[in-house]
Amino acid sequence: MAVALENAVGTEHAVRLEGLHKVFGAGRQAVTALDGIDLAVRPGEFVCLVGASGCGKTTLLNLIAGLEQPTSGRITLTTSRPAVMFQEHALMPWLTVNRNIELPLRLAGVGRAERAARVTELLSLVRLEGTGRKRPHELSGGMRQRVALARSLASAIQGSADGKHALMLMDEPFSALDAITRDLLQAELLRVWRATGTAVVFVTHDVREAVRLGQRVVLLSSRPGRVVDEWDVNGLTGADELVAVDTIGAKLREVISTHAAA
Amino acid sequence: MPRLDQDTKDDKGTEHVPTEATAEEVDGAIGGLDALDAPNAGPQRSRARRIGAAVLPPIGAAILFVAVWQAVWATAWLPEHQLPSPGTIAEVFWGLVETGQVWEFLWTSVHRAVIGFVIALGIATPLGLLLARVKLVRAAIGPLVSGLQSLPSVAWVPAAVIWFGLTDTTIYMVVLLGAVPSIANGLVAGIDQIPPILPRVGKVMGAGTFANARHILLPAALPGYLAGMKQGWAFSWRSLMAAELIASSPELGDGLGQFLHNGMSLFDMPMVITGIILILFVGVGIELLVFAPVEKITLNARGLRKN
Repeated sequence: MAVALENAVGTEHAVRLEGLHKVFGAGRQAVTALDGIDLAVRPGEFVCLVGASGCGKTTLLNLIAGLEQPTSGRITLTTSRPAVMFQEHALMPWLTVNRNIELPLRLAGVGRAERAARVTELLSLVRLEGTGRKRPHELSGGMRQRVALARSLASAIQGSADGKHALMLMDEPFSALDAITRDLLQAELLRVWRATGTAVVFVTHDVREAVRLGQRVVLLSSRPGRVVDEWDVNGLTGADELVAVDTIGAKLREVISTHAAA
Repeated sequence: MPRLDQDTKDDKGTEHVPTEATAEEVDGAIGGLDALDAPNAGPQRSRARRIGAAVLPPIGAAILFVAVWQAVWATAWLPEHQLPSPGTIAEVFWGLVETGQVWEFLWTSVHRAVIGFVIALGIATPLGLLLARVKLVRAAIGPLVSGLQSLPSVAWVPAAVIWFGLTDTTIYMVVLLGAVPSIANGLVAGIDQIPPILPRVGKVMGAGTFANARHILLPAALPGYLAGMKQGWAFSWRSLMAAELIASSPELGDGLGQFLHNGMSLFDMPMVITGIILILFVGVGIELLVFAPVEKITLNARGLRKN
């Protein structure tokens, strides 16, 4: 019964961060990367974290992904394993597209037939039918990043088995792409997100990207990282979208300029 | 002139809403971009021409070499017992083939080298993994293993003879000491060159230490590991020849090293040159038949090789 109760409580959030602190080093050389972050992401919600360099965005994702341990504070996940997508595609160069996408499933011990079925599904979701037998070096940058997206989705969906909530952590996944490809992939990501209903925590430097993609934009300060402000930008279009970009951009500049004096 | 920088309001000051691209538009654009951006394989040369380009130059070089040799011999610049003609060598070689002795020499030496190499691989692989992943091990014996690589393994022959006498153990000992450091260092170099993002990806996908080694570290290190194996084979073969040449005794059977040694004892230059050519053939043959294809497949799969 205890397990069922925990799940019932957990269903309100895909991930919840409470009073999260992260300090690197010790003594006088200690650097506080994150200073009391409180953040809750609802199941299926798309949250963008925006901030200048040094705001601990990547540290925050690493903590949620379990790559690092918080100094203090609590992380409550309902997924068994959040998926992570990095700025680099980080595909295994010796594996074909199919084998790359199914890697998280293999590591989770999913059987061959089921893996093949899921890979076919995911390939068509990211519109890469027919490239399954190619290797990463035979693809363009945008195609590689879509393969990485499919692999993250495989991982996220696997982590959300047994009625848990899927969660994807994305660390500036499009920042290394050219502007045309980035624009198209943003549209693709939104389509895939709507189709899969996974919660997304998306880290970016780019306020426009954050407003276009996110339902909620959270602004972090730098050194130490704190939540400065947040905006509901769900479904904004046209002039409203531009106003939101201006408002958040102005606030971001304000936050950055405090560092000039210090 | 139309002004494009005011896309939120038109001339009459009414709201103008920029439309999101429709799914079909994005679909078409994505397909077009994939076709434009995907790396181009470039024109392929025909199979015959590729093989010709690979095979003809070395054959040409060999013919030229033999011709120069024949010409130098014809000038009688060196006495016959120091520089025999290519024809004499061919006769000696043919004699060995006719009596079947050549297969005995080759078998004795090659099977020793292969067994030695396989044992070396079995020792060097765990050693390389430890050196690459355990800091203390690397700090403690890393310099020693690198240093051993530059120590000519022939230096071990006297020690091995004193320890084990004129036995097969002595020969394997020398081969191992020659090959293990190369293979281990190759594996270490291969692992060091893995982009750190790859093991991190494995970790976030839930791979434990062993799954990470099996699915990520070892395949990612394969090109460096193969380079180490190739060098390890060369060292095995060299060490074996040194050991056979020095630790020559009837109990050890007739390998190529012994054949060479006998040639020296008999002051028989054609025999010595034939021995050298046979040793060279085996080295080149294994490289071309075993390592070159494996390396080609590995590097092609990773897009690390330009055709």
